[in-house]
Amino acid sequence: MTNWLHHIPILIVAVPLISAPICILFTFGANRKAAWFWTLLVSWFAFLCSIYLLNHVLENGIISYHLGSWEPPLGIEYRIDLINAFVLLIVSGISAIAIPFGRLVVDKEIEPDRQILFYTTYLLCLTGLLGVTITGDAFNIFVFLEISSLSSYVLIAMGVRSDRRALTAAYNYLILGTVGATFFVIGLGFLYMVTGTLNIMDLSDRLTHLADNKAVHAGYAFIIIGLALKVALFPMHVWLPNSYTYAPSLISIFLAATATKVSIYVLLRFLFKVFGFSFDFIPLTLTFIFLPLAITAIFFGSVGAIYQTNIKRLFAYSSVAQIGYIVMGIALSNTIGLTAAVLHIFNHALIKGAIFMAAGCLVFRVGKLTTYTIRGLGKEMPWTFAALVLAGLSLIGIPTTVGFISKWYLLLGIMENGWWPIIPLIVIGSLLAVVYMWKIIEAAYFFQAPQDRAPVKEVPLELLIPLWVLVGCNFYFGIQTEITIRIAKEAATILLGNSP
Amino acid sequence: MTVIDNLILILNPGIFLILGGLISNILPLKISKTLNIALPLLLLVNLWNTDQGNHFSALFLGYNLELFRVDDFSYIFGIIFLIAIAVANLYAISATTSRIEPSASMIYAGSATAAVFAGDLITLFIFFEIAAISSVFLIWARGTKRSFSAGFRYLIVQIGAGVILLSGILIYTSASGSIGFNEIGIDAPGGLLIFIAFGIKCAFPFFHNWLQDAYPEATVSGTVILSSFTTKLAIYALARSYAGTDILIWIGALMAAFPIFYAVIENDLRRVLAYSLNNQLGFMVVGVGIGTEMALNGTFSHAFCHILYKSLLFMCMGAVLLRTGTANGSDLGGLFKSMPWTTGFCIVGAASISGFPLFSGFISKSMILTSVSDGGHWGVWLVLLFASAGVFHHSGIKIPYFAFFAHDQGLRPKEAPMPMLIAMGITASLCFFIGIYPDFLYSLLPFPVDYAPYTTSHVINQLQLLMFSALAFAVLMVFKIYPPELRSTNIDFDWIYRKGLYTLITSLGKSIKYTEDLLFSVTSKGLKILMAFVHLRFASLNRSAQTSIVGNALVWVLALLLSLLVLAYSM
Repeated sequence: MTNWLHHIPILIVAVPLISAPICILFTFGANRKAAWFWTLLVSWFAFLCSIYLLNHVLENGIISYHLGSWEPPLGIEYRIDLINAFVLLIVSGISAIAIPFGRLVVDKEIEPDRQILFYTTYLLCLTGLLGVTITGDAFNIFVFLEISSLSSYVLIAMGVRSDRRALTAAYNYLILGTVGATFFVIGLGFLYMVTGTLNIMDLSDRLTHLADNKAVHAGYAFIIIGLALKVALFPMHVWLPNSYTYAPSLISIFLAATATKVSIYVLLRFLFKVFGFSFDFIPLTLTFIFLPLAITAIFFGSVGAIYQTNIKRLFAYSSVAQIGYIVMGIALSNTIGLTAAVLHIFNHALIKGAIFMAAGCLVFRVGKLTTYTIRGLGKEMPWTFAALVLAGLSLIGIPTTVGFISKWYLLLGIMENGWWPIIPLIVIGSLLAVVYMWKIIEAAYFFQAPQDRAPVKEVPLELLIPLWVLVGCNFYFGIQTEITIRIAKEAATILLGNSP
Repeated sequence: MTVIDNLILILNPGIFLILGGLISNILPLKISKTLNIALPLLLLVNLWNTDQGNHFSALFLGYNLELFRVDDFSYIFGIIFLIAIAVANLYAISATTSRIEPSASMIYAGSATAAVFAGDLITLFIFFEIAAISSVFLIWARGTKRSFSAGFRYLIVQIGAGVILLSGILIYTSASGSIGFNEIGIDAPGGLLIFIAFGIKCAFPFFHNWLQDAYPEATVSGTVILSSFTTKLAIYALARSYAGTDILIWIGALMAAFPIFYAVIENDLRRVLAYSLNNQLGFMVVGVGIGTEMALNGTFSHAFCHILYKSLLFMCMGAVLLRTGTANGSDLGGLFKSMPWTTGFCIVGAASISGFPLFSGFISKSMILTSVSDGGHWGVWLVLLFASAGVFHHSGIKIPYFAFFAHDQGLRPKEAPMPMLIAMGITASLCFFIGIYPDFLYSLLPFPVDYAPYTTSHVINQLQLLMFSALAFAVLMVFKIYPPELRSTNIDFDWIYRKGLYTLITSLGKSIKYTEDLLFSVTSKGLKILMAFVHLRFASLNRSAQTSIVGNALVWVLALLLSLLVLAYSM
């Protein structure tokens, strides 16, 4: 029994990876429901594993799992500390709640003969994201990053049935995503050239003596920019809005809640653990490049969101702004700021998961979502819109929601650094969020339904339950903050600490 | 598990009211209306039996929140708030048919009550904000265009005050490390910001306009409810955190005096009451500023009585508005013939607010006045004396006179509906009861009371004041010099902000105006250009997926890569 549990770190990646080809086998019976159920089982398995891992890390400290019993740094190591255990929980948790929601919407949005392939690709994407998070090997990160990216290009392109623009969106993402991944691997190449190792722990050890090496500097620049592209940090965010907008609903939920978060995790890992503060220019990068970009992202994303008429696009722009908040927490590079960043990774996953789920419910009934087509829907779909409004309150950062908790810590972090002028900017950012949320509320509650739309019914319970579970989480973790804050604080301490 | 247990055990009555408000939205109308009256009364009985102390704390963001603190200060406010909402809900039964209004009023009153029992600044802030947001629905429920925009202005001021409050709390807690909602003082770091935030909510002079602007635009029952909570909560907060701050004495005196002029010339009788609300708050602020035990006792008892008689007056004017469709002095008159009960209750309210002996205002206001004279603030004492005369003039005489007597306009509306009459009757009898049996109220006060209201000198003093004020009114009416009630939208104080400045100083007026025009045109042009730029830039985002932007993005990527490389190499 204990023996089996010992292998959980590999199983959490291997099981989804192997189940993807198995899922294809369902094509022979053309059994779409079985494929969905299979994905559901795998997601829940991964979720249970990640809960186990997080618990284990909280109680016993870091887990180091050696693949094939080869000792690192020669063998590949899966290394789980509090940070990636937390991110694993986010990724698998969102997947575990999104898949139950997904069956009906996938049935509606994807051609029947492609649905099994859809679930297969989804499993691959899940594998990639989990793998990136869990591995302690830099090249492994690249491989899993590519698995998740390639599968997400395909998944986004599958939105083609509702809107052909999904194809261009996926294509744009493909180009930029590949550029990002290539930069990342070029950077790794530089580091490997100098250090001869790919294990992250080993890499960080050896780099401490190489602070003046120019090749390392070049590697640093390539890796950070490559990751920033994956994170969709302004102005490298252009792939994001269209991808989220035209992707199938399930994919919008999953990617919006997890994909950029995983990249942010890798960015954190490289900034603070691999390079660390032995490099003088990291604080400079953070203060003079990341901070201005984060502030611009907040404003650009929020104002951009205000100008959107397509609802999904609106929230995609708001994601750009929210990434700005996370990066700002990173740029503060003090314990509280990083706590805020880690917290917001989790909290934003809950917020955007709920919001895109509500959007999925609307797509399920209305099809194309614009501020015109949703007019008057507040009365016709009261539960969906109530959930959307509550999630929106969380996005704005009203007290008792998770959004408030992260902003609160962000403000505390800013004050600790004494960067007072930024505080009003955060407040204005929240007010802009009020404006774009109000646009939706106004359309849904204060306008009459358009004449050319047939009356619609509320969505079935199968969609409402996952939605309200996520909304409930938004409030539960906004009030019961002990666990999340404890994890985030310890994660921040690990990141800033000198100990591995 | 403990969390859930605690949540059930939590006893802050405000939270129950908020929950009640949420539920009442779903329940059938009749049941929810009964619930809205029964729930506050139950909670009142419960509160009556609650011991002093901190009854519920929760850990939030590493701070220990005190969600239910009962002590001498919060106890009396909790009691009057619960009485006020019960009576107001009774009044509202026949005043409204909308669904949102009863629920909004419960949430509003609930969060105000919860804020009173808050033991720390974060809880206070949260409930202050819920109160601000829920109360605006009482204004919007009127459904007119005017009420919609007035509600918006109100919301902006309230949220603005909330933001100032939050920044003050942030600075205060980060400097002092404490989140306790106790003595703060204006000199503490962040203390001034918190002070200003409370001041805005309390309608300090120059911050007061939201009150006269919004309250009269609310619904019939909405105004009654609004008049009871926000400002009194602010008085409570000031009394807790800023008792004895000298500047409050002068602010209070100014507050008590200046609204009188506006009240005299205002036509909308509900707006007259809003001005007199401001004036009454002035007395309380003076009491807080003096800060002695007797002064605070006076403030608390005045707040208690004030909530009663002010809602009584608003109820009477609401009944008039409901039956005649207007509350303008120029359109009313002679209503006593067909609304005798309302007239009677209105006179009780008017007598109370004017401080007639045997009515509630007398036993509380005189305490503040005595504490002022004890402290030797003779100038302030005179101002308050003048203000007392003014109150009698505009609230005691003008309101009942123009509404129910004056020149008969031939209106013969029906008497107010029964629930309204009962609500007014209860409130009126409470005013009277407290007036003749002040020991009941005195026993609730935070400090032991050593004060006898009914001494010969007090009574005679007050009666002289009232008689002369009545005489002045009579003389002015007889000689027809009294400012006539015109059918105009009256000049409001915000007019002073905008234009009064250069009509007052006409000599400098032109140059000021010129500079201001120039500045205005420059800023407005700048704003226009900015907006045009933003619009140009962002409207294009609305287009569909474009391939060309990928190229732009790559240029950005390269630029950033380059800058990072330069940064790394230059080190």
